Amino acid sequence: MSKAKASPPPAAAPNPAPAPGPKPAAAPSPTPAPAPTAPPKPEPVRAKSFASQITSRFPEVKVEWMKERRLKVVTTPTRIREVGLFSRDTLGFDHISTVSGVDWIAKNELEVEYFVGSSTPGLEDFILAVSERVPRDNPVVPTLIDVWRGAEYHERETHEMFGINFQGHPNQSHILLPEDWNDLPPLRKDYVSPGR
Amino acid sequence: MTVESEYSPDSDNIMSVSLGPQHPGAGHFRIKLWLDGDYVVKSEPDPGYVHRGEEKMGEYRNYIQNVPHLERPVILDSSNILFAYSLGVDELMNNRIPPRGQYMRVIMSEINRIISHMYFLAIQGYFMGHTTMITWCMGDRDFWIDLGERIGGARVTFAYIIPGGVRNDIPEFAIEKGLKTCDWFDKRMDEYEKIFFQNPMVHQRSDRIGVLSKSDAIALGATGTVARASGLSFDVRKDEPYSSYEDFEFRTPVLTQGDSWARAYVALLDMREAVKIIRQALKKLPPGPVRLKLGPQPRVPAGEVYVRTEAARGEMSYHIVSDGSPRPYRLKIGTPSFKNLRVLPYLLRGVHVADIPVIYWGINYWPVEADR
Repeated sequence: MSKAKASPPPAAAPNPAPAPGPKPAAAPSPTPAPAPTAPPKPEPVRAKSFASQITSRFPEVKVEWMKERRLKVVTTPTRIREVGLFSRDTLGFDHISTVSGVDWIAKNELEVEYFVGSSTPGLEDFILAVSERVPRDNPVVPTLIDVWRGAEYHERETHEMFGINFQGHPNQSHILLPEDWNDLPPLRKDYVSPGR
Repeated sequence: MTVESEYSPDSDNIMSVSLGPQHPGAGHFRIKLWLDGDYVVKSEPDPGYVHRGEEKMGEYRNYIQNVPHLERPVILDSSNILFAYSLGVDELMNNRIPPRGQYMRVIMSEINRIISHMYFLAIQGYFMGHTTMITWCMGDRDFWIDLGERIGGARVTFAYIIPGGVRNDIPEFAIEKGLKTCDWFDKRMDEYEKIFFQNPMVHQRSDRIGVLSKSDAIALGATGTVARASGLSFDVRKDEPYSSYEDFEFRTPVLTQGDSWARAYVALLDMREAVKIIRQALKKLPPGPVRLKLGPQPRVPAGEVYVRTEAARGEMSYHIVSDGSPRPYRLKIGTPSFKNLRVLPYLLRGVHVADIPVIYWGINYWPVEADR
């Protein structure tokens, strides 16, 4: 279905020099007509429109980076549920891809990132990253499994790997680690692997 | 079935049973079951028996040293887990892979897809009591492993797709061998259809067993064969074509039944498309180099990427955070098995105990891949 959108990827975004080359070559050759139907706007415009929709609704949300098919927004634990519901119901991001965490030990912060895709035709190539940051000594965030049900095991994994407490999660027991693990959460930067 | 059972103290007729982790079919994986007679009341998957901390290991090694250990979680599908990693590192470093390297990545990835699906169908046949399928598939799978050996030099863990391209060029005789294998395998898959997928016994064992609706597949985050058997046309190769996938003609097979039969049949249809892609790629392999010279410790600029590819089991994603040092600051592997795991307890509600193996293996779950 997104075959028509296949023209942007060869440009491969980073290198500006060859990017204008293939585009004029592709435009006049076979299909000038179907081109306006699927990608009338260049890809970053789509990320920008999602970003402006989110920031106009939630002014405190910060856009961290955007690419042709990616957008990362940073919000707070108090608003992330509303941002999640908005992106699921209004923007159409209904399919959870992964939940990831990052330990920013220099800033004394932990970050939780929800990577969500979409099942809406034409939007399947886009991944929205909804992120929140919490202090390392009191990492409490609300669970989002009522927004994206599939996030349940991902949140459980993030809980045990980073020690983040997802409030409202039905079961935060160990999923990958041994049941009797009583060390620091292993993916925190101050945990050192044995033998290192 | 290896079980250790105990009677739950608070209920007379609910029995809790532990299936695995030493069950020969389940692998390194346990499902806690609560049974009422022959029916599953509740189930709880218990992964983690083969958790090796790949993500933590990745933070201790540089971007090239990470290559061989990152493919260990999915030895059946080893090229595809490295494919996503290499794309992520390439995106961070702004590498432009030479066209021949992109084609070789596609060829190896599709060969691995077939190797993985053949194993899946073999064991699925075994779980359904279809002995022909396990012998045929395991035997025929070896021809694809042979082809992978001729290209990558190893039989299981190729470490072939690396940041910057692929490790070595394809030898001339392997192109001929690959085209022959494709022609032979097309006919062979017709035989699979007749002996397995049109077999009334297989239909009895898998029709309307473990049905997953389209809306539930979306909500639970299903990907890959599980999603495509439930009417979702998720295919990263089509959705965001990477590594020249837009050059090849292929379809995304989508079935709507959502049952165990459909989940097995989607794998066969996937293999048909994979053969098409391999044949096209081998025929129009562009000339030129296959890799960039990166050096043993490449400099990766600071940044954050989220890349995904279509592995055999579904969407393989990497979240790589770089702080400019030679090692990744954070390396998150999102494996399709772990994404599909949430589907399992949902599908197991109310089924017969005898249907558990078919449903469990039908979600194409590979414990090592999920545990990382």
